[in-house]
Amino acid sequence: MSQFRLEIRIKPRQGLLNPEGKAIHSALRSLGWGHVEDVRVGKTIYMELEADSADGAVESAESMCRKLLANPVTEDFEVAVVGELESAGA
Amino acid sequence: MRAAVVTFPGSNCDYDLYKAIELVGGDPHFVWHRERGLGGYDAVLLPGGFSYGDYLRAGAIARMSPIMEDVVAFANAGGPILGICNGFQILCEAGLLPGALVRNASLRFESRDVLLRVERADTVFTTDYDQGQILRVPIAHGEGNYEADRETLEVLDGEDRVVFRYVDADGEATEDANPNGSWHNIAGIVSASGNVLGMMPHPERAMEAVLGSTDGVGVFTSLASTFVTAGAR
Repeated sequence: MSQFRLEIRIKPRQGLLNPEGKAIHSALRSLGWGHVEDVRVGKTIYMELEADSADGAVESAESMCRKLLANPVTEDFEVAVVGELESAGA
Repeated sequence: MRAAVVTFPGSNCDYDLYKAIELVGGDPHFVWHRERGLGGYDAVLLPGGFSYGDYLRAGAIARMSPIMEDVVAFANAGGPILGICNGFQILCEAGLLPGALVRNASLRFESRDVLLRVERADTVFTTDYDQGQILRVPIAHGEGNYEADRETLEVLDGEDRVVFRYVDADGEATEDANPNGSWHNIAGIVSASGNVLGMMPHPERAMEAVLGSTDGVGVFTSLASTFVTAGAR
């Protein structure tokens, strides 16, 4: 078993109104960044967990997303392994 | 009517609901979210508030509470369930109602009276209203913007499952009358089987003249009268 560091990105589904992104977009434009075309805000969950392999770590995080971390009506998700720590027994 | 008011850590409209049920002659009981079993209840009510501090998404963590398995079973057995505000959000997260409630388009927490049009006066929660009746009821939420995929929205319209809509003084569902950006001014919807109602506005806060409106009373008298005529289940 190794310990993996994951970043789980929860993204607002394309095509749905993202009021937070819209507000930031208009703030950026009013500060002079008129070339900004679109802004959407999601969230990132930083997680460490034990798994046999990187694939296993991703698989279990994906199942967490389906069950709890993301709302399938409004959000998509993406899981990335960003680091592997020494296993406890090594 | 023996009614269960399910409370979660962070519920804050539980006593208002309890009182509303009492006011229409019902028999309310608090049921803590870690308890199990809803046998012997005629109706189940999920109050407003901020269960689990709205962490992750409003209602997302409450939906994992032990009692929710019983709430789902109660719904599947045809028992009436009313979710108000955070209760509506929990019902959506639990899959008992379609769609989701996202951040208000205004990005503000909206706390004020709104006008609602009764779109369905034939549900177990609305028989004491007239079709098209206009109600004045308060809202208080940051995430009441009803969203779903196009297909679901068409089904809701096609099957007349929108029970309340935000309207103006003329009874028109205008953009200005919409406090949160909800699709087609949706304020409350009912499940396909008709026994689960979710709504963002707070009828339990419009029960006595001293509160500014008594327009919420009908929701509770409608529900209670079902059990007076039909007898205890």
